Amino acid sequence: MIRLENVSKSYEKGVPALNDVSLHIKPGEFVFVTGPSGSGKSTLMKLLLHEFTPTSGKIFVNGKDIANIRHKGVPFYRRNIGVVFQDFRLLPDRNVFENVAFAMKVIEAPKKEIKDKVSHVLATVGLASKYRSYPRQLSGGEQQRVAIARAIVNVPKIILADEPTGNLDINNAREIMRLLDDINKGGTTVLVVTHNLDIVHSMNKRVISIKNGCLVSDVAPEED
Amino acid sequence: MKLSTFFYNVGQGFKNIWRNKMFSLASIATMSACIFLLGIFMSIGLNFKKMVKNAEESVAVTVFFKDDVTDQQIKEIGEKIKDRPEVARYKFVSADEAWATFKKDFFKGHEDAAKSFGEDNPLAKSANYQIFLSDVSKQSSLVAYLKTLDGVRQVNQSEAAAHTLTDFNKLISFIFIGVIAILIAVAVFLISNTITVGISVRKDEIAIMKLIGAKDSFVRAPFIVEGVTIGFVGSIIPLVIVWFLYGNILEYIRRKFAFLANVMTFVPERTVFNLLIPISLLIGIGLGFLGSRITLKHHLNV
Repeated sequence: MIRLENVSKSYEKGVPALNDVSLHIKPGEFVFVTGPSGSGKSTLMKLLLHEFTPTSGKIFVNGKDIANIRHKGVPFYRRNIGVVFQDFRLLPDRNVFENVAFAMKVIEAPKKEIKDKVSHVLATVGLASKYRSYPRQLSGGEQQRVAIARAIVNVPKIILADEPTGNLDINNAREIMRLLDDINKGGTTVLVVTHNLDIVHSMNKRVISIKNGCLVSDVAPEED
Repeated sequence: MKLSTFFYNVGQGFKNIWRNKMFSLASIATMSACIFLLGIFMSIGLNFKKMVKNAEESVAVTVFFKDDVTDQQIKEIGEKIKDRPEVARYKFVSADEAWATFKKDFFKGHEDAAKSFGEDNPLAKSANYQIFLSDVSKQSSLVAYLKTLDGVRQVNQSEAAAHTLTDFNKLISFIFIGVIAILIAVAVFLISNTITVGISVRKDEIAIMKLIGAKDSFVRAPFIVEGVTIGFVGSIIPLVIVWFLYGNILEYIRRKFAFLANVMTFVPERTVFNLLIPISLLIGIGLGFLGSRITLKHHLNV
């Protein structure tokens, strides 16, 4: 599903944010990427989202070298990836329904399909009753659930979550992780970047650790 | 783009205008001010041009004939004058007509003195063609041509008047182009600035749209709708104001300065606005479109 081959990324200053990273994530896997601030986790996310290309090495997603995607093809590539951010990134002037529907409008889905799927996905994340609320009227956990609903509404093959529990208390954090776990059980590959080791340890998942841009460990989940 | 997406983007464009009321109003005001000045300047410019044109057309070149000229030759000279593109109109003045006009102009109140000439016509050799030009700057070349024609004795012209009018015409054209260029530059700068502010306010929204797979055209469309709408409204408002002002000011001048009626003739509203409406709309909508398109380009590389 996702394969990195000797990927390095240096910014203008020349210090590598990622240094010769190779890894392979299979379809349907749930993977944590951990590491301290500035370790290169976010760079990895941005590379996977094609916000920029690696300085060297190759990234394959669904068997395709994403460096070969032209500018016009990037939106179509991103439609296979659901993305969740620490700060939720909801549109403050649109209600819950509109925020989720926005992801479908963007891909020019028909109105009827938008209505049906958004209602369904809001029920999945437990926000069916709050579809008319605005982000400012919701708790942090609820806002993150809206963001997850937006990420999954187009049924992407991959979910990338960048510190999805960073702004949440422990209870809400666990709720969000449970939701992501459920999504993963439906067959979606989930990649969660976090430095919250409590969360990581509470779930039996594969954990990739990055430090100073280098992959320092890749621990598989324990067998049941 | 699907029809539903088109309408969605149009709707979003209008919503954007409403959400950013202050920026939108600032843009519309900027655009209106520029197009208002353009309209005022164009109205004045067109009237100046018309007055200069009228003055030009009243400057005549007079062609006198040799004593032995035949009627056939006079007719041929007339045909050749008619063929010249710079000639607006011309007329043949016979010796009798010339004498009648002279008597009317110079013996006014002294008709007896004129009668002393009896049946004699002192201007017997003064039959002529009076030629009025459409472009007074071509006067010298026309005069040079007329002097080469068989049967032509003398060509009278007012060189000073022609030069003054030509220079004045050029001056008006330069000022006209200069002022329009300055107004467009100011409008582009201010509108681009306003749109930049508007876009930076919605930078997060653009980033989200791009990250969830929106095509550039989908991101751009509402902003383009916004820019074009601002440009359209920003050009309609000053057009309406200039329309009312123009009509009322002309009416006022005609009423208060009736004695100038013969000297000053104004370009009718319809003529001015036949030119002003398409130019203003083109500039307004064009600047709105280009302003938002160019400004957006810097914000789409998410």
